[in-house]
Amino acid sequence: MANFTPVAAIVGGVLVGLAAVLLWLANGRIAGISGIVGGLMTPQRGDLAWRFAFILGLAAGPLLYAGLGGAVPAVEVTPSIPLLVAGGLLVGYGTRLGGGCTSGHGVCGLARLSPRSLAATVTFLVAGLVTVFIARHALGA
Amino acid sequence: MRPLSSAFAAGLLLGVGLAVSQMVNPAKVIGFLDVAGAWDPSLLFVLGGAVVAATIGFGLAGRLTATPLFAEAFRSPTSRAIDLRLIAGSALFGVGWGLVGLCPGPAIAGFGLAPGSLALFVAAMLAGMGVFSLSESLLMQRHPPRSA
Repeated sequence: MANFTPVAAIVGGVLVGLAAVLLWLANGRIAGISGIVGGLMTPQRGDLAWRFAFILGLAAGPLLYAGLGGAVPAVEVTPSIPLLVAGGLLVGYGTRLGGGCTSGHGVCGLARLSPRSLAATVTFLVAGLVTVFIARHALGA
Repeated sequence: MRPLSSAFAAGLLLGVGLAVSQMVNPAKVIGFLDVAGAWDPSLLFVLGGAVVAATIGFGLAGRLTATPLFAEAFRSPTSRAIDLRLIAGSALFGVGWGLVGLCPGPAIAGFGLAPGSLALFVAAMLAGMGVFSLSESLLMQRHPPRSA
């Protein structure tokens, strides 16, 4: 557990939770990234601007933190190009079919005590664990 | 402008949280998913911190006001079904997450930091979402939902 960073994890996690509360309290929306991004693909009048504003903020957040002197981690992307494409397609399609991702089901759904979100969260966690086990250990990649 | 400012601020705060917690680094996420390797439980603490803060915050928000500050109504998710779509979709997402170590939030937050490394993944993710929306609208045309 050499890379374990519990304090940064809890502090960052609390900020993520507060961001979800802010979007709920101010805009009445669930902070599910896949839903917010996916909603851009079925555009409805008056429903696009807040999505773009949120996404812009999300991309700017780490830059702001770096600008304030925060220790921003390296973004280490090691998979091959075919794996990146396959992973992206699966994440995009899967989160839309399942109605949420780590933020929507994992953070907001669990906080709202939703059994549906608990089922989704357990499913993608197990699928992720099994995938990494097969890729790293069974196939020895 | 106020709903746009608050949406931007919420995105910004979420992005800062993902940077502080290092979740913008896919290697950190893979470190969590790799229980048989040098396991790094950090992601569990991120999720725990976020869920506890959101549980308290949602509860307080509900007592504070019946409507959002800058919108007409709270948009609660309506579906409660635990069905094949939920499980199959979440499983496909989990496989993609395990292959690369990226889910939608960190992919977009990380894109701000390292656009060159993440452009391909983000493009593929958007394409996957587009395929879903397209298949849904085709399905709706062929089999319109019957009114009860």
